[in-house]
Amino acid sequence: MTDHTTTPIGRLAQWIDQRVGAAKFTRSTLDYVFPKHFSFLFGEIALYSFVVLVGTGIFLALFYTPSEAEVIYAGTYDPLRGVAMTEAYESVVDLSFSVRAGLLFRQTHHWAAIIFLGAIFLHLCRVFFTGAFRRPRELNWITGVTLMVVAIAEGFAGYSLLDDLLSGTGVRIAYSIAESIPVVGTWLAYWIWGGEYPGEGFLSRLFAVHIFLLPAVIAALIGVHLFLVARPHHTQFAGPGKREDNVVGLRLWPSYATLSVGLFFLVAAVLNLMGGFLQINPVWLYGPYDVFVVSSGSQADWYFLWLQGALRLMPGVSLELGPYTVANQFFPAVLYPGVVFALLYLWPFLEARVTGDRGEHHLLDRPRDRPLRTALGAAAIAGFVVLLLAGSDDVFVTTFDWSIVPVRNVERVLFFVLPVLVGLGVWKAARDLSRADPPDRRSAAPASTEPTPADAPAGSSGVAADAVAYRRHEVRHGDSGPTTLVGAIAAVGAAVAVGSLVRRGLRDRSH
Amino acid sequence: MRVALAFLVSMAASVGFIGAYQLDAGTQWLALSLSIALGSLGAGLAWWSRRLMPQESSEEARPTLAPPPEEERETAETFEAGRRGIRRRGLLGGLLAAAVGALGLGTVWPARSLGPPPSSGFRQTGWREGVHLIDETGRRIGIDTLDFGGVVTVFPEGRDPAADDQVVLMRIPLEDLDLPEGRANWTPDGYVAFSKVCTHAGCPVGLYQDVGYLLLCPCHQATFDVVQGAVPVFGPAPRELPQLPLRADRDGLLLAAGDFSGPVGPDRWRLGEVKDGDA
Repeated sequence: MTDHTTTPIGRLAQWIDQRVGAAKFTRSTLDYVFPKHFSFLFGEIALYSFVVLVGTGIFLALFYTPSEAEVIYAGTYDPLRGVAMTEAYESVVDLSFSVRAGLLFRQTHHWAAIIFLGAIFLHLCRVFFTGAFRRPRELNWITGVTLMVVAIAEGFAGYSLLDDLLSGTGVRIAYSIAESIPVVGTWLAYWIWGGEYPGEGFLSRLFAVHIFLLPAVIAALIGVHLFLVARPHHTQFAGPGKREDNVVGLRLWPSYATLSVGLFFLVAAVLNLMGGFLQINPVWLYGPYDVFVVSSGSQADWYFLWLQGALRLMPGVSLELGPYTVANQFFPAVLYPGVVFALLYLWPFLEARVTGDRGEHHLLDRPRDRPLRTALGAAAIAGFVVLLLAGSDDVFVTTFDWSIVPVRNVERVLFFVLPVLVGLGVWKAARDLSRADPPDRRSAAPASTEPTPADAPAGSSGVAADAVAYRRHEVRHGDSGPTTLVGAIAAVGAAVAVGSLVRRGLRDRSH
Repeated sequence: MRVALAFLVSMAASVGFIGAYQLDAGTQWLALSLSIALGSLGAGLAWWSRRLMPQESSEEARPTLAPPPEEERETAETFEAGRRGIRRRGLLGGLLAAAVGALGLGTVWPARSLGPPPSSGFRQTGWREGVHLIDETGRRIGIDTLDFGGVVTVFPEGRDPAADDQVVLMRIPLEDLDLPEGRANWTPDGYVAFSKVCTHAGCPVGLYQDVGYLLLCPCHQATFDVVQGAVPVFGPAPRELPQLPLRADRDGLLLAAGDFSGPVGPDRWRLGEVKDGDA
């Protein structure tokens, strides 16, 4: 035996290794190479937000009471004293005012959920626009989309637990959406809520779903997701020495691991800072939920706001089928998101069918080199932004004293027109940018139906074929492709973040 | 040096966090100290990695995922060899699948405990002929309760109000009303009552504009024209709000003169049956 067994850690490692045989696996893990690009960090930020969510969530779960029993508030927050409320809402108000660090962890938890979903969305955009979903990563794309769907449900379950006026109204809408599903809807709603709205014991069911069922699913899916990232190794952008059959970047041990753990603490620091200084969801101002009370300016969190917008844009029609009815809310709140997520799930296969490209890809596309995909993605985001706008238009309308009718009609037109305009604009911009580039900077495009310049080197090794030429261009052009992408994504993210803050500010003013 | 300093700052901030907690210094001090503790630790680690650890690019071969053909063949053969060794494969395999399926069905069956079947008592509200109108505090509503232009939310007397019982009661000059045929005597002294549950997604239709007599739902801005029978004039609601017929008794108190004119609440699959049941 060599001298590594002389240290206590070495001896412990040896003891374990002799029982599980992990040395080879450990060594290949320590040697694992991460390509460097800052758009690769979105997924990590999502992961670390989830860790913060679990940590703060455990603390909150120990103080929350999932009970609809009615109590008269007699706590420390004066304006609510003597008000009838559920034990659930009372426990949240107590957690916010009477438990030391309770408000900090509650607000950190809420911000972490918003950033978690935001990072997932940006990560999805990165994977989409760079073609990282192509073979052999289709399974991981499916895992990732599932993670996003479950995370959205988890977020909704979380803020519905508080039983304040805002979340209670959201739950009422959710009930009407559940019962709008043809044939099975009424049964489904009765099963989820335990009867006709508001049902019986819904909060304790939701609590079990929010703190146990969905987090377990998310944790398991994260495990699968990371395994499926590591198995073929991470994708990378083309560059000198970067080929389809290798990975160039930083080794896990020690540099990348240290950097990544550092990133975790930085993410936690930012979320904690937001939780302490940016008020979010002040439920004591909204008051307890009551079925016949409602406040104007009700806004869902951003990852649900687009559905609220879709519900608002839908014209007032439903479909009569003899004695049966396909309800109005079914179309915007079930069918539309159903189609959106089905398209997301199927995208890798649809694209492979259209392009005929079924080969393995480990080098990423620059968005400009795939104008059609980039344009479709941008169009989808444009439609999404219109729905976000529609979801909060009542707040703008009240703030600026506009009339809702013309605003809503403009949004209805924009929902169809803006994606087309954005799509066409982005398609042209991407194509022009791509054509202006020297041919050897373009993504390799074997068997693609998209415009492939005749002078581009054929085959997957074309991009990095001439490293010297590449470097010459690099000096001249810089690494502008990925930077443009990240800039665009960051702009969208910043717009969403700023919009959300402005919206919150306006809402609080309108209360 | 910078790294060491960052770790020291982090340590101090952690101690500060404990201090802030002990002194009950408030959310902002807790957040500030904990963020500094977390942030300097993160920055320290990042600097340590970037400055004092190897930064040169490494290259690693990408593993081939598709197995070589002979390995694939051998795996398939191993599976086939085992499969050929199983006797009574067809019958027992089929029975096993059936048994597992039955067990699966059996174990999920108790999910029925989650809720009652929705057939019985479907969408019955507390309103029927002769029920008094009361407000939130339990006070009976009379013909002198509201001025013209006034509005109040009312419930059926004599029962714990259910979600579907809420009714919005308004008083409108009779000459302004333009209700559908057959509802002429539903509005004693200009009192007109509609279900407060939006026919779109079930929110309370909580905003009333007495200029133009519009009811507006704050959730998705479905707007109803009260004088024409609360028909939707804007937004996503597909149906009018069902009207509750009213009458006044000799003491000047308001009562329901029957059940609602249509199904209460949002559209659902079996809406038609409810309509028939109510008729």
